[in-house]
Amino acid sequence: MATIQSRTLARFMLFPSVVLLLGWMIVPLCMTLYFSFLDYNLLMPGNEAFIGFLNYEFFLTDPAFIESFFNTLLLVGGVLTITIGGGIGLAILLDQAIWGRNYVRIMVLAPFFVMPTVSALVWKNMFMNPVNGLFAHLAAFFGTEPIDFFAHYPLLSIIVIVSWQWLPFAALLLLTAIQSLDREQLEAADLDGAGPISKFFYIVLPHLSRAITAVILIETIFLLSIFAEILVTTSGGPGYASTNITYLIYTQSLLQFDVGGGSAGGIIAVIIANIVAIFLMRLIGKNLEG
Amino acid sequence: MSTNASFRSKVFYTALAWLISGLIFFPILWTFITSFKTEAEAISATPSLFMFEWTLQNYSDVLARSPYFDHFINSVVIALGSSVVGLLIAIPAAWSMAFVPTKRTKNLLMWMLSTKMLPPVGVLIPIYLLFRDFSLLDTKLGLVIVMTLINLPIMVWMLYTYFREIPHEILEAARMDGASITEEIFHVLLPIALPGIASTLLLNVILAWNEAFWTLILSAANAAPLTAFIASYSSPEGLFYAKLSAASVMAIVPILILGWFSQKQLVRGLSFGAVK
Amino acid sequence: MGSITLKQVTKNFGDVNVIRPLDLAIRDGEFIVFVGPSGCGKSTLLRMIAGLEDTSSGIIEIDGQDATQLAPAKRGLAMVFQSYALYPHMSVRNNIAFPLKRAKVPAAEIAQKIDAAAKMLNLTDYLDRKPGQLSGGQRQRVAIGRAIVRQPSAFLFDEPLSNLDASLRVNMRLEITELHKSLGTTMVYVTHDQVEAMTMADRIAVFNGGVIEQVGTPLELYKQPVNKFVAGFIGSPKMNFIEVEAQANQLTRTLGVRPEHFKINEDAGMWTGKVGVIEHLGSESFLHVHVDGIGTLTVKADGDSPIRSGDQIRLSAADDKIHKFDAAGNSLNATPVAASQV
Repeated sequence: MATIQSRTLARFMLFPSVVLLLGWMIVPLCMTLYFSFLDYNLLMPGNEAFIGFLNYEFFLTDPAFIESFFNTLLLVGGVLTITIGGGIGLAILLDQAIWGRNYVRIMVLAPFFVMPTVSALVWKNMFMNPVNGLFAHLAAFFGTEPIDFFAHYPLLSIIVIVSWQWLPFAALLLLTAIQSLDREQLEAADLDGAGPISKFFYIVLPHLSRAITAVILIETIFLLSIFAEILVTTSGGPGYASTNITYLIYTQSLLQFDVGGGSAGGIIAVIIANIVAIFLMRLIGKNLEG
Repeated sequence: MSTNASFRSKVFYTALAWLISGLIFFPILWTFITSFKTEAEAISATPSLFMFEWTLQNYSDVLARSPYFDHFINSVVIALGSSVVGLLIAIPAAWSMAFVPTKRTKNLLMWMLSTKMLPPVGVLIPIYLLFRDFSLLDTKLGLVIVMTLINLPIMVWMLYTYFREIPHEILEAARMDGASITEEIFHVLLPIALPGIASTLLLNVILAWNEAFWTLILSAANAAPLTAFIASYSSPEGLFYAKLSAASVMAIVPILILGWFSQKQLVRGLSFGAVK
Repeated sequence: MGSITLKQVTKNFGDVNVIRPLDLAIRDGEFIVFVGPSGCGKSTLLRMIAGLEDTSSGIIEIDGQDATQLAPAKRGLAMVFQSYALYPHMSVRNNIAFPLKRAKVPAAEIAQKIDAAAKMLNLTDYLDRKPGQLSGGQRQRVAIGRAIVRQPSAFLFDEPLSNLDASLRVNMRLEITELHKSLGTTMVYVTHDQVEAMTMADRIAVFNGGVIEQVGTPLELYKQPVNKFVAGFIGSPKMNFIEVEAQANQLTRTLGVRPEHFKINEDAGMWTGKVGVIEHLGSESFLHVHVDGIGTLTVKADGDSPIRSGDQIRLSAADDKIHKFDAAGNSLNATPVAASQV
């Protein structure tokens, strides 16, 4: 509540943010939508023609789309499983009384601050390289055959790298949530004779459910758009074995110059992201009221 | 009796925590160590953790043979520039939503959040074409614009959650005391909110520094920040681990240090205030 | 100079009328208290006088000038907030100096005024501390100091004591009253605590549901409440209300007797009841007496009264101490001063 004067001023102060974000969101999105109905290739400018839903049809029936769709699901699902499972474990561990907790936390958090291109290159060359990587040396030490990770398990390798980057985020967020747990609740459970396992399932996990939902939704938003890690490790290959939807659209529009097809893919990516976004917004919206 | 048991469990948990966190941290440590090895030692089949001849050669090689320093400056300009410009736009917006809320404020906040969820590929082509037509491809200005826009919702949100914790009465007192709206913001609001503003700035510098979709697509030799520069090491021919390590260390160390300062704010910022 | 006149002032938040058309004349130099239950509109009205809220309709005059549209700072008023609203990043000295700096007062004069205010409020030793290092009472004094140095034409207090603990509240009550005596400046004071209202005010305005029920001196309100609401709100413990049966050509529906006006008799009395809980305060005791057909009455007795729980007692009250109310709750006692006539 305030005066008319301050309300007018407030509207004026909001203006730049709103206009910029509106421009950033609406203008390009409308252009993408428009392009997606055109036969438009950058190599043949001037030949644009309206072709209705043909781009969508091509994109959706392309085997590469099907493969990259499932790759995207595997990538997101795999990273979420690893980071949330590991994150809960780490959060509980770091919540214990341990010596040097601050140092431990700093070490755990570090990978999150490593830029995606660096972490992908370090893992690819110094760890997963079949000749000179540390894993190859380890395999030689134990007398087994070194594994060519990116040739045989390209998607799994990327999942490992991305999980390493996102595990700190999940762990830190869940640790923050665990620390807000009312200690008296745990003491009451002790008095009621609850063991560590029932305490975990009946008190800790329900308390974390909100934070876990937040981790799932936020990571999903970022994981749907994984790009740099793929570009510098496998370039989507072999074949389409490690191509996700983001990378597929990138190759289609900027490597094959098929603007129409890429745009149709972009719109489909937006629709997929929106489905996730609706859940995330509901969660955060609830928080806004409290 | 109980103290002994709790002592033993503390030892156990401490050992476990250090082991696991050591493993998680190891790739960074390993990169750091490798950056001081010779190329031959770096790919040696019997890798050594400390027992090798430490050298700074890789660092001087990276600096001498590539325009590393230019890319570093690009990163600084893009990360800092977009964060500062973003702050200038976000502070008034957050002020207005936190202190003069209307019925639509909540919807507006949610809408801003929704723009953050727009997948970049959804607007990839138009942005690329617009940048080409406005000669913004491979310019620092272009990247500052993009980084400002993609991080603006996070900035507004973070600032909003910080501002919301400041009692309205303090600003009203300033108004009663004869402060104009600019005096109210500069003498009262900003000093009180300074920690929150600093963390917002910090987090956004980190996010912009590490952003690797738009930087890879919209920049080439001229404006490429470190993310894009490092990616050029991905070509398999002529790969040198020690030099890759040295370049990597130089790319991540500044942000690693900043990041450790902003641990708490990271959670708050990236979860849009859902977890504090 | 500090008279404030409200003419037909209203306030709506959307469809909700927080203040119904309201007239009030606050005289220069008086200490007026707005009292009422929470949500009655008293704080909103204070904020409207301050200029922190718009006035939906009507006119607010300060010193005879129409100030309805003036910005808060231009009204020459100072306000003390419930949360003190000190600037946490500034020292006490700078907190107090803030309004003077905004008014571009020369530095030497600022220093002099701060010293004077600090001396008056016992803050001299704390001038270089931050508000976070002060106790609640000290923070309150800093807030008052910040208001004083501006030499406003009137002070506005918004529940300034409700964040203090009980004993400190009594002290601050006295300090503010003394401050009023020495400055002689108009003070408008909002509280929900009728004890504060009674002890501090020259005049009290009792608010309820966005209207002023009655304006008058503390004793007027105590002796001649215009209706059941004021009668029940002023005085502690509350006035007892006793319903009487409706009879033709009799307007009285409710009798009101304050606990301190009951007389306890052995033999005769208007009401007979059984004593339940007794609250001993030492100097006096409050008896909760169950009377058949009426309910529980609160009765004040001497601290050394021999009455025990379970005793049967008879109660009566002098005629002139019995308040009579009609069906609408308005007082039927002789010529009370109605709010609308003030």
